[in-house]
Amino acid sequence: MLEQYFPILILIGIAAFLSLAFMLASKLLGPKRPSTAKLQPYESGMDPLGEAKDRYSVSFYIVAMEFIVFDLEIIFIYPWAVRYQELGIGTFWAMMVFIAILTLGLFYTLKKGSIDFDLRRVPQNRPDIKP
Amino acid sequence: MEILNDMLLYLPAIIITVAGLIVMMVDAYTKNATMIYTVSVASLILALAASVYGLFGPTVDIFYGMATTGGTAAFGTALVVAATLFVVVLSREYLTSINHNFAEVYTLILFGTVGMIVLATANDLVTVFMGLETMSIALYVLAGIVRDEKTGIEAALKYFLLGSFATGFFLYGIALLYGATGTTRLADIGLYADAGLIYWAGVGLLLVGFFFKVSVVPFHMWTPDVYEGAPTTITAYMATAAKTAAFVSLILILERALPLAVEQWSGVLVVIAILTMILGNIVAMVQNNVKRMLAYSSIAHAGYVLVGLAAGTAAGYSAVLYYLLAYTLMNIGAFGVVAYYERHKGMQFNSVDQYAGMGYKQPFMAVLLGIFLFSLAGIPPFAGFIGKYQVFAAAIQADLIGLAIVGVLASVAGVYYYLRVLVFLYMKEGTEEIELTQAGFPYRSVLLLLALLTIYFGVLPGGLSELLAGFHQGTLYSGTPLP
Repeated sequence: MLEQYFPILILIGIAAFLSLAFMLASKLLGPKRPSTAKLQPYESGMDPLGEAKDRYSVSFYIVAMEFIVFDLEIIFIYPWAVRYQELGIGTFWAMMVFIAILTLGLFYTLKKGSIDFDLRRVPQNRPDIKP
Repeated sequence: MEILNDMLLYLPAIIITVAGLIVMMVDAYTKNATMIYTVSVASLILALAASVYGLFGPTVDIFYGMATTGGTAAFGTALVVAATLFVVVLSREYLTSINHNFAEVYTLILFGTVGMIVLATANDLVTVFMGLETMSIALYVLAGIVRDEKTGIEAALKYFLLGSFATGFFLYGIALLYGATGTTRLADIGLYADAGLIYWAGVGLLLVGFFFKVSVVPFHMWTPDVYEGAPTTITAYMATAAKTAAFVSLILILERALPLAVEQWSGVLVVIAILTMILGNIVAMVQNNVKRMLAYSSIAHAGYVLVGLAAGTAAGYSAVLYYLLAYTLMNIGAFGVVAYYERHKGMQFNSVDQYAGMGYKQPFMAVLLGIFLFSLAGIPPFAGFIGKYQVFAAAIQADLIGLAIVGVLASVAGVYYYLRVLVFLYMKEGTEEIELTQAGFPYRSVLLLLALLTIYFGVLPGGLSELLAGFHQGTLYSGTPLP
């Protein structure tokens, strides 16, 4: 039974060997010109150190909210569309109600200025964003 | 069309959903505050009428057994909608006075109420979870609506973090129960008396989730801070409507899903009820902040409700429903008067010392506060007394005499801190010169209505008690099979 997994073991071995080899190679062969930015831990391009109570634009969250509006739509619509033949016409109207409510949510965020990226509203203590 | 008939039976939730969407759109497009308020109040009155009508309707499962109508569920719906209506009317004036009368408040209250109705009418653990989360997410935001005060932020963050933790417990409980029984339908789970360790772990985690939402000891730590930091009328909403919905759902789960395990969960509830009543009442005594005092008092009241649930009998369940009604009326009233006093000095007017001498400045409000506090203390002829009497009577009938004795003693201890507020109102000389302005007409009439109802249900409990007793007649509930 366990023999079936032997190829996976070999694959794990190869993967471990290769990654170690590459790390070692870059350590030995690569040029070393360290700078502050390079030595910082990677945090998706944001400054990883600083006060926890930093101010940043609320637009990030509003865009995320809009993403959720569409994301949820996909989660429910896809399985429904695939099985529509069996589910029947009743589910069509149910889905229309669902989409209507989500669309209202989208209009709400749009009207509240979700993609209205007015840079004059950027907080003053963020010199990296020029108005 | 069966589905249309089901929707007719589910009308309160649908009315409020539509109203919530309208309010949201009005907020985005015209920002017409009067219209937002009118739509909210009108929809709540319509939904209240629909849910009171549903009280006399049939007890049937709807939406393929996902939800249920009539009986306990209809009573929970009516109570939640009524509480929301009172809170919305009180909120408008109070939030305007603290400059936080945002349209979002009404949208969130309406959507939160929909969540509560879904929770109170749930007949499937998945529906329970959906309602619980819809309710909680709205409440997390509402708790922090005063976002420029540190206490407001603390309330929202604390509630959110601990609440999501409790949700995790709850969801895990559902998963384990599903693993043990292979179903999430309440009545189908009820067919199992004991499905091994996984079953018991699931039941335990499910109860922990509920214990958090209704804030009983030892899951009460968040309550005082959240109730203190949230705007006072929103606190009233959280303390009454949300707890009512959670307790009604707990009744449905205990009655339908766990009727054969009554000995086991009754033992758990007895211990939790004793802890809650003793700790809630004793800690409330040393509170100097009226809002914190009412927060601990609401913990103690959750303990009294658990006394009725622990009985595990039909009399116990209907006593709990009566208690929830009394609790809702008197608590919204008490928080309403506190909110009225509070707005005269911003958010700082909460210390009981500052109430000194206030009783003679606006006698109407002080008398109302007196009625609500006497009712909370359980003194006849107010609704709180009848609620407590029924709950303790049910416990004694179920041979839980020790529990009833502890409950009565704890509620006697509770009289101290309620009457202390009245002593300050009437028997102490005020040091500060504060002119009290009169509250608006809707504000005063809602408080007066609450006081009249508190007296009415304290003097004439008969009709409602009979109605509530009728909900739990008959033998074990039998569900409909899956389609």
